[in-house]
Formats: sequence, structure tokens, C-alpha cells
Amino acid sequence: MHLLVCGGTGCKSSASDTIVENLKAELEHNSLEDDVQVIMTGCFGFCEQGPVVKVMPDNTFYVRVTPGDVKELVAEHIIKGRKVRRLLYENPETKEPVSDSKHMGFYRKQIRVALRNCGFINPENIDEYIARDGYSALAKALGELSPQQAIDIIKKSGLRGRGGGGFPTGIKWELTSKFEADQKYVVCNADEGDPGAFMDRSVLEGDPHSVIEAMAICGYCIGASKGLVYIRAEYPLAIERLKIAIKQAQEYGLLGLDILGSKFSFDISLRYGAGAFVCGEETALIHSMEGHRGEPTVKPPFPAESGYMKKPTVVNNVETYANVPVIFNKGADWFASIGTEKSKGTKVFALAGKINNVGLIEVPMGTSLKEVIFEIGGGIKNNKEFKAVQTGGPSGGCLTSKHLDTPIDYDNLIASGSMMGSGGMIVMDEDDCMVAMARYYLDFTVDESCGKCSPCRIGTMRLKEILDKIIKGDGTMEDIDRLRNLSSVIKDSSLCGLGQTAPNPVLSTLDNFMNEYLAHVKDKKCPAGRCKSLMIYKVIPENCVGCTACARNCPVNAISGERKQTHFIDTSICIKCGACIERCKFNAIVIN
Amino acid sequence: MSSIKVELKQCEIDKIKEICQSFNNEPGELINVLHKAQGHFGYLPAEVQEEIALELKISVAKVYGVVTFYSFFTMLPKGLHPISICTGTACYVRGAEKVLDEFKRILNIQVGDTTKDGRFSLSCLRCVGACGLAPVVMIGEKVYGRVSPDGVKDILNEYS
Ligand SMILES: Cc1cc2nc3c(=O)[nH]c(=O)nc-3n(C[C@H](O)[C@H](O)[C@H](O)COP(=O)(O)O)c2cc1C
Ligand code: FES
Repeated sequence: MHLLVCGGTGCKSSASDTIVENLKAELEHNSLEDDVQVIMTGCFGFCEQGPVVKVMPDNTFYVRVTPGDVKELVAEHIIKGRKVRRLLYENPETKEPVSDSKHMGFYRKQIRVALRNCGFINPENIDEYIARDGYSALAKALGELSPQQAIDIIKKSGLRGRGGGGFPTGIKWELTSKFEADQKYVVCNADEGDPGAFMDRSVLEGDPHSVIEAMAICGYCIGASKGLVYIRAEYPLAIERLKIAIKQAQEYGLLGLDILGSKFSFDISLRYGAGAFVCGEETALIHSMEGHRGEPTVKPPFPAESGYMKKPTVVNNVETYANVPVIFNKGADWFASIGTEKSKGTKVFALAGKINNVGLIEVPMGTSLKEVIFEIGGGIKNNKEFKAVQTGGPSGGCLTSKHLDTPIDYDNLIASGSMMGSGGMIVMDEDDCMVAMARYYLDFTVDESCGKCSPCRIGTMRLKEILDKIIKGDGTMEDIDRLRNLSSVIKDSSLCGLGQTAPNPVLSTLDNFMNEYLAHVKDKKCPAGRCKSLMIYKVIPENCVGCTACARNCPVNAISGERKQTHFIDTSICIKCGACIERCKFNAIVIN
Repeated sequence: MSSIKVELKQCEIDKIKEICQSFNNEPGELINVLHKAQGHFGYLPAEVQEEIALELKISVAKVYGVVTFYSFFTMLPKGLHPISICTGTACYVRGAEKVLDEFKRILNIQVGDTTKDGRFSLSCLRCVGACGLAPVVMIGEKVYGRVSPDGVKDILNEYS
């Protein structure tokens, strides 16, 4: 029997470490430690319900487990063979407990390719990876295929880059293989800068060997003997697991000199990011790895020709690599049978925001937004109204209810005014103000613009200032035109992808939520009630009993009134802190 | 970026030398050197940067340029308990701003500052990868999930 405990960042923050310790202690206490193994795995995906504990082989899926539940879990399930009903997932509609994850709405529509091992194996044990066909793809490539044949398999599979751009991976490898050089490099982009996305982190935490194996295969294909992983310093757990995995692969002779008795040598080292979004862009990433400021440079030359240390370099995303070994194991045709005509395979998304089932999901390309949000995601939190879903992070756009039936793939998302991006998907409800959302992303790009080119450095600042003005209630109709004009200039004239896509959140909210902009500009109102400057606090005279609680608690003395008399808020002094509403026991204060 | 003056002791200079040597004094390893140095000193005052420049045989301007480019590096010491509020998108839509305001109010400092007694410092970061627990706050290595403005006081009380 096996007990799988989720060791992803989310569940670890909710004490899954202690759960593992308690389980081990409790099993030992019952002299069961030889019969039941406790394994800490990577992310199961269902973060909303974490910490998750799965009992194998009977596939029982316990949710929201706490260290205090361990005793009962062992006594009931392990010893007496009875499921602990109160820890099972409850079907939100029927209120029935569900014990097998296969029958949960969250998992039913998912197909796990890149995440195939996450939540199944102990990422710190190479044997478990090998037991699930690990490193057989590398063995096959080295033993049976020429580099060109291996590249052809990737080309045939139709795999496209999962880091955002969607460039065909096989073609990238082929291009790089054609350049002659004494040294070439394989780089893994694990910078994952999109705020609110955690796909790459989960792959590295849950299945680091799949990335290592794929990088070695890539090295064989293009003729490189050195691999580098550029990983954010903010991901200590992923770094730790990756280090362990590299060391184990070296010990097993799967990295190093003459791998598996072939003439092919390959090794991997780590480079750390230091908190700069633009370093996710491949040329900036390369400069950062060389020890410089992470500023992008003009392409061409592409990294395929002149990358790290001016040598031919392949840069691929973590998830792109995670797909590679399966393609060799199950065949290019199998992979190409999943997905849509131009986008093959699956895509991992980090579903977050105002959605019931926050988590990591993997669906075939072509799944509709509706399926993702309402079936897998379980709909909007607190039965609120769905308003928009943001994909592609700061480079992407907002999609609305009219896009719900759009099948998700690279080209459809771009046609709808957003983009795939790396896989962040943030769901918003009726309480979110779309103007404030656009401003939020601009705030991000202003912060992260490296400053090298002026359209991006100055232009994004101006965009943000205009949005600030609108949010404060000082906007005019000309400002809206200005937003559009400036956006198109920034898009056309910025040096790198950061600037070229920075106006997207503004443009897509202008396209889809013009009414909200108009409400801010013309009526000086925020329909979602989120923009502070546009709120007005008012006393409802009928409800006010004159208890003076509000006046006593107002930090700026904006409220006046005698005892037992109706009070009055001076809006010119009010700072809209909300202290009065909190104190009023008679619902006598409202926000307009 | 403001900074404070420090005087390096001989042992500290030796430590910097040792860090640089562990990367073979390779200028290309500058970022790794800075990571290690910040890990040791807690921050990167100008004097440490000068010493690193000397060791790696590059200009101080180059080191300073890199330090100020990356938000991970800081030239100011952090508090004993560094507080980081996640302002990634998932946390933002679930109310991170209000949580941040509450921290600012209680501690009476702005983002980037340290309290006078040196106990707490406040900063923002973008996504710690625990979006399921949004809004998320980190104090030191510890992650707090589903934080509400009302819960801020209790969290701070754990450190008093
Ligand atoms: C501003 C900006 C940020 C980016 N951030 C990332 C990132 O965090 N992770 C990533 O894999 N790719 C990122 N990219 C895309 C990379 O430049 C590059 O296209 C990608 O790593 C190539 O790998 P792929 O073909 O496997 O997707 C970013 C691009 C831009 C313009
Ligand atoms: S956005 Fe806060 S943890 Fe991801």
C-alpha cells in the first residue's frame, strides 16, 4: 500500500510536511511501516482542495487533510479498511462524497501528458521515474536514431513551444542543428514570470527528470554537450528537486560522459534568475545567464545562430521539454492525434482567481473555455457572475462570455485578442473592475520594463498615467482615444515582446468592456464598486439611530452629528477607508 | 536606490574573496556571486559591490548596474522578519491590496521600508506559486494562505 502526499508549494504551505511526518510516526506506532509506504509527490493539481492525500492502490482521494486527521486516517482506512467519509471530496451538486478522482468534475476532462508523473512519483527518487518509462526515450534516441531522425519525430508530432510564442519545436531544433560550432547549448527557460502562473514550477517540483531527459535528447539532436536551466530564485523547492535529480542522473550515468555507452556526452548546470520578468524573453535570458543586466537584443540573429556565449543555442520552455520523452515513447502520431489541426497535444493551465477549483489542469488543445471554467473549474466562486478570463498574463488579454465557446489553441486565442502565453488563466467575476485590471497589468509592465527602448519605458508609463486619471474620475473621452493611439505606437515600435504586447490588456478591455470605461469617464462611476476614488459614502437617514459609533471611529473626523440624531458624512474630508461601515450596526451607511 | 555606509571587516572581505573564488573569479558568474553574497550578508551595500568588482576584475558600475536591475537584490538590510505580500494576479483579484494596506497601517511603514526597531520589513513579490491559497503572504520562509485584512494582526502577533 502507498500513501501519496502532495508536496507542491501550495500543499506544503498548508503543512503537508507535517502530515507526512505524522503519517510515518503513526504507521510506525502501529508497526505498519514496512507495509505502507508514505511518498511525497509533486502537485496533484487540485490545489483548492489541498493538502491532498491519495491512498493507492484503491485510489482514494482525501482532501483538505490536516495533521490532526492522520490518526483517524490510519486507524480507519489503513487498519480497518474503512474510508474516512468526512475527508472525501464532496460533489458540489449532489453533495455525495466522491472517493476516486476519476469521477470528479475537476479531473474528468483532463488528459495528463506533460503532467503524467506529477502526483504519481516521488520526484526525489530517480527509480520511480525510470519505473514509469523514464529515460527510455533517451535510450531509444541514442541507441536507435540518428539526430536527424530524432528531430523528425518531434517535427512530425507537431509540438509547439509552450512558453508563449508557439514556435514549432522540431523546426527550432533542426535550425540549431544546422549551424556549425565547436560548442552549442541547450537552455531550459524556467523563469516563469507571468504572475499568477505556476505550471513550470509544478513540473519541476513534480517531475524534474522529464525535463532533464528531454534536454539530453535535445543535446543529442543539435550536437550540444552542455545544458543550462535558468530558474527563478523565488522557486527554492523546484531548485532543490532539480539539483537532486541532476545528481541522481549523473550517478546513474544518464548525464555525464558517454551516456549509456554511446559517444554522446551531456551535462546540465543551473543559473538563477533574480526577479526580472523581461528575463523570460530569450535574448534577455541569455544575457542574464552571461552575468549581465537582462536586457533583450534585436532578433535576428536568433539564439539558434548566436545565443549563449554567441554559440548556437536552443531555448525551450519547461513544459515543452516535459512533452518530449512521451513523444518518443508513445510515438509522434499518438501525440498528433490529440489537439486541433494546428495545435497538437495538451496545454497545462494554472487556473486561479475567482473560481471554485483553483489548481493546475492539463487539457487537450481545442477544449473550450466553457469546459475549462465551468466543468473543470467548477464555476465562479460564491455563485457570482462570470465576467472575464485573462490568459497570457501581462502580454495577454481578457476574454469574455462571448468567447466561452472558443476552442483554446494558439491561433484562436490570438484571433480573440488574447494569447496563449505560458498558461496563466485568471478568472474574474462581477466584482472586478476591468479598468483597474488593465491598470494592474500596466503597473506590472512599467515595473518590469527594462528601460532599454523608449516606447516601452515611457509609453507604458504614460498608459498607466492615463488609466490612473480615469480611475480617479478625471478621465475624458480624449483619454480613451489617447489610450488606443499610444497602444498601437508601443506595439509597433518596441524592441522586444514585452513592449510589443504590453498594451494588450488595455486594448482587450477597451474592446470588450468599453461600457466600463465610459462609466468611469462619463458617469464618474465604477460599476464593480472597486475604484475607491469613485465611491461616495452616504448615511441613510432612515436607518441611522445616532449611536455615534461611526463618528467616533472615523480617523479623519469626516462624520458629524449629535447623539440620537442622523449623522452626516462630509465627502470632501472622507478618505473612504470603510471604518464607519464596519462599525455601523444598523446598516445605515452605504457606498454609492 | 538609497544605501547605507558600512565598513567591511577583514573577515568579511575574506568571505567575499572566498565566494568569488568558489566561482573561479569568473565575471560571467556575477549573478551567482551576488546571490551568494546576499545570502551571506543579507543585502548588498556599495562596499560589498566594490569588493566583488575588484575580485572579478570588472567595473563597479557594472556590478551596480546588475544589482539595481534585478529586484531580488537589495542594497538595504531587510527586517528580522521580512514580510512579502504576493501581488501576483491571482492574489490581486482575491484582495491582496487590502491585505497590503493593513500591513502598512499596522506597521506604519511603506513598501520597501523597515520598521524602526528593525523587526519587520515590507515588500511585494509576484506570485509564489501558491495561487490556490490566494491571497498569500510570506514572512521569512513561512507561507500564509487565504489571508484576510482582519487576520493580519494575528499573524503579526506570532512574531511578538
Ligand atoms: C516579455 C517576455 C517574457 C517571457 N517569459 C517567458 C517565460 O517566463 N517562460 C518561458 O518559457 N518563455 C517566456 N517567454 C518566451 C521566450 O522568449 C521564448 O520564446 C521561449 O522560452 C521559447 O521556448 P518555447 O519555444 O519552448 O516556448 C517570454 C517572452 C517575452 C517576450
Ligand atoms: S498570484 Fe499570489 S501566489 Fe500566485
